[in-house]
Amino acid sequence: MKTRLLNVWSVLKLPLVAILVGFVVGAFCIMLAGSNPLTAYAALLKGSLASLPSFGETLYKVTPILLTGLAAAIGFRCGLFNIGGEGQYVVAAIATVGVAWSFQGLPHFILVPILLITGALAGGVWGGIAGILKAKRGINEVITTIMLNWTALYLSNYLVRTLLNPSRLLDKLPSGHTVAVPEAARLMKLKVIIPAFGYSSAHTGIFIAIGVAVLMWFILFKTTLGYEIRAVGFNPTASEYGGISSAKNTFLAMFISGGLAGLAGAIQIMGLVYMVNQSPELPGYGFTGLCVALVGLSHPLGCIPAALLFGILDNGSRQMQLAGIPKEINAIISAVILVFVAGALLLKYINVYFEKKRGAGKPRFKEVREV
Amino acid sequence: MPKVLEMKNITKVFPGVVANDKVNFDLEKGEIHVLLGENGAGKTTLMNILYGLYQATSGEIYFHGEKVDIKGPNDAINLGIGMVHQHFMLVENFTVTENIVLGSEPSKANGLYLDMETARNTVKEVSDNFGLKVDPNALIQDISVGLSQRVEILKTLHKGAEVLILDEPTAVLTPQEIDELGVILKNLTQEGKSIILITHKLKEVLSMSDRVTVIRRGKIVDTLKTKDTNIDQLAEMMVGRSVKLTSDKEDKTPGDVILSIENLVVKDTRKYDAVKSISFDVKAGEIFAVAGVDGNGQKELVEALTGLTKTVSGKVSLCGKDITGNKPKKVLEAGVGHIPEDRHKRGLILQNTLAENLILGYHYCPPFARKGVMNYAKINEHARTLISEYDVRTPNEYVTAGSLSGGNQQKAIIAREFYKDPVLLIASQPTRGLDVGAIEFVHNRLIEQRDNNKAVLLVSLELDEVMNLADRIAVIYQGEIMGIVEGKDATERQLGLMMAGASMEEAIEGGKADNENKIA
Repeated sequence: MKTRLLNVWSVLKLPLVAILVGFVVGAFCIMLAGSNPLTAYAALLKGSLASLPSFGETLYKVTPILLTGLAAAIGFRCGLFNIGGEGQYVVAAIATVGVAWSFQGLPHFILVPILLITGALAGGVWGGIAGILKAKRGINEVITTIMLNWTALYLSNYLVRTLLNPSRLLDKLPSGHTVAVPEAARLMKLKVIIPAFGYSSAHTGIFIAIGVAVLMWFILFKTTLGYEIRAVGFNPTASEYGGISSAKNTFLAMFISGGLAGLAGAIQIMGLVYMVNQSPELPGYGFTGLCVALVGLSHPLGCIPAALLFGILDNGSRQMQLAGIPKEINAIISAVILVFVAGALLLKYINVYFEKKRGAGKPRFKEVREV
Repeated sequence: MPKVLEMKNITKVFPGVVANDKVNFDLEKGEIHVLLGENGAGKTTLMNILYGLYQATSGEIYFHGEKVDIKGPNDAINLGIGMVHQHFMLVENFTVTENIVLGSEPSKANGLYLDMETARNTVKEVSDNFGLKVDPNALIQDISVGLSQRVEILKTLHKGAEVLILDEPTAVLTPQEIDELGVILKNLTQEGKSIILITHKLKEVLSMSDRVTVIRRGKIVDTLKTKDTNIDQLAEMMVGRSVKLTSDKEDKTPGDVILSIENLVVKDTRKYDAVKSISFDVKAGEIFAVAGVDGNGQKELVEALTGLTKTVSGKVSLCGKDITGNKPKKVLEAGVGHIPEDRHKRGLILQNTLAENLILGYHYCPPFARKGVMNYAKINEHARTLISEYDVRTPNEYVTAGSLSGGNQQKAIIAREFYKDPVLLIASQPTRGLDVGAIEFVHNRLIEQRDNNKAVLLVSLELDEVMNLADRIAVIYQGEIMGIVEGKDATERQLGLMMAGASMEEAIEGGKADNENKIA
């Protein structure tokens, strides 16, 4: 038991140290900006955790990035860099609006699952395209998913202006956003259940996201599918030897990854924004998801605290601004955390790479014991 | 004899393990001193300390009687200590000369140009001085393994090495090349060089060395004069108990044909024909060995049989069923067990736990998984059983496979493949990197498999292993089978000649001539 605890510590030490360093560097920057870091961080915590409404605000920020974080994590586990969380999020969001509008007569408890499935499928298909290209033709998923991001955005913008525009569906003046989804499609606000959440926009989507995180943990670590995805991610040649198809699992991982990012898009529409706006830029949740997965060490349950951290940084920045600290400080903190986590992981991969190169598994950066 | 080198009370502690425990080692001028020990006994650690790759936790090194502090390979090289690694450190697309002078290239015009002329002359001079013939202009990728090793030795000599450390130098050589190496090393000692040879092969100790130091579990067992010892004594000292170096197997009439290969052609990754129209059968109740020097098509042959590589033409059948071009999963399900030659690339997923590795290939089968959900209680129980049955040395089944030593990783793969009780077991270098005790174990299991009327296809680079185990031996050379001989009739000389490309008839003649010479 003691050794297992030690193992847990040896794994957790990386992100925890990175987070600590991030906040220390942030403190220096705050001092450079002429403020007191303690006041700043007090404001950060006050703004994000101190009261139920402010915690609620944090929660609604956590919801989509937890899901896109899970999306990135499952990609990482299969050795894939799904940078297309953005596009998958966007197609899912627009698909959700479209389907919600088409089925607006359905009751809440039927429409909600339909829309969640819609979002997951739309994102899954978008991720799956990159998955098939990688599996069948070996085309690098980084390139295809980046391209698909913009394809998704302009497709969405086109649909916003045409098919789903209030001018077409509601006989109103043309506008820069779609019609809103019907009441029955909207997720319940937390303040309806617990009035103490007050002004917060937090919604029940957070429970779905956490549920999905647990589900993904189960899939990754307790099912043959997860076993195979992880095997392919670590060592495609050994997987092949063990009868595991790397093409099949690459596709499945991209499909699931896309589905999770899609779920983020659907839930964001259903819980918070209710419509899709025409936009010149990608929403950014997919990219934040990559950060969440990195800090969460690609572990579905690790993504929960990681998403919470980024949610706190995002939401707390408002209170910090009120205390006179530029909100860019939080961007610096996130960046430093990322640099440290990614840097440490990179070092690890370089080590593994050299071990492979040297064949005999000889140490490069550290001494490995011989038994 | 004056002592060139003395290592006194060297202790090296890695987290949790004492790799070297108060080790004393000395080297006399002009001798070949073998450091003998099993894998993981600490011999490479000791030499890495001498070469500056590791720092000793405590202890002292004396060079020509003076205490020295070796902080890195550069210190070692400056003192005149050179190391030839097991895996060659050569630039494949450089010439012999370029490789030898790498790091100390002569230059013209204040370092603007390489002075290849001078470089070639120095190389020629060094190679003439020591009688190591090489073509200075040949590319490394075009020369044989034996020659590459010669280049490695020249490289250390060029740097002025006086003490040479050779780490498992014979692992990649044919028997004839091993003999040549022996001559080269003798010559070097006559030129005043002193040589440390790291090995776990007992026969080489006897044929090549003046003295031998046996190391076991980090401690020195004894240092002996080679002429005062024998192979059984050394084996016992090395393992700590008496071991049988040859396996007994009873005569047995093989049964039906299990694996049948007809005119198989396979290309390698560079799209050259690596296997050229090979045919043979493996029967139930026999061990059929494919012997040969590394890189003669063995890997492609095995990968084609297991579905990991495409076959160009030809037919592979298992128990009468055509399995040519089947996916790996189908081949496994047809009852094939496979011990791959490269355990890091194929055999294990190093980052996964040992328990998860011990089910790779049947991870989706009950009782380990039902309806896609894995039963980790069963998986861990399975792992514990195999760990104890196969003596895999590990703290528990949750550690990553990568944290085990090479020998234990190999044991884990063997355990996993034997557990399946396959109709056909393809064992590709199954004892690579194993210690003597473990080799005995694996050999006995292979024979047991044969005695249970299963077919075993053994692909091995170790002639001793092949001759010891096989009922029939096929020798492969440049993708072709040079001939198939009965195991009990095979001689090392004959197989060695065939491994170097002689036809079976030539090899038999050669073997005879050899015997006549001996009689004369």
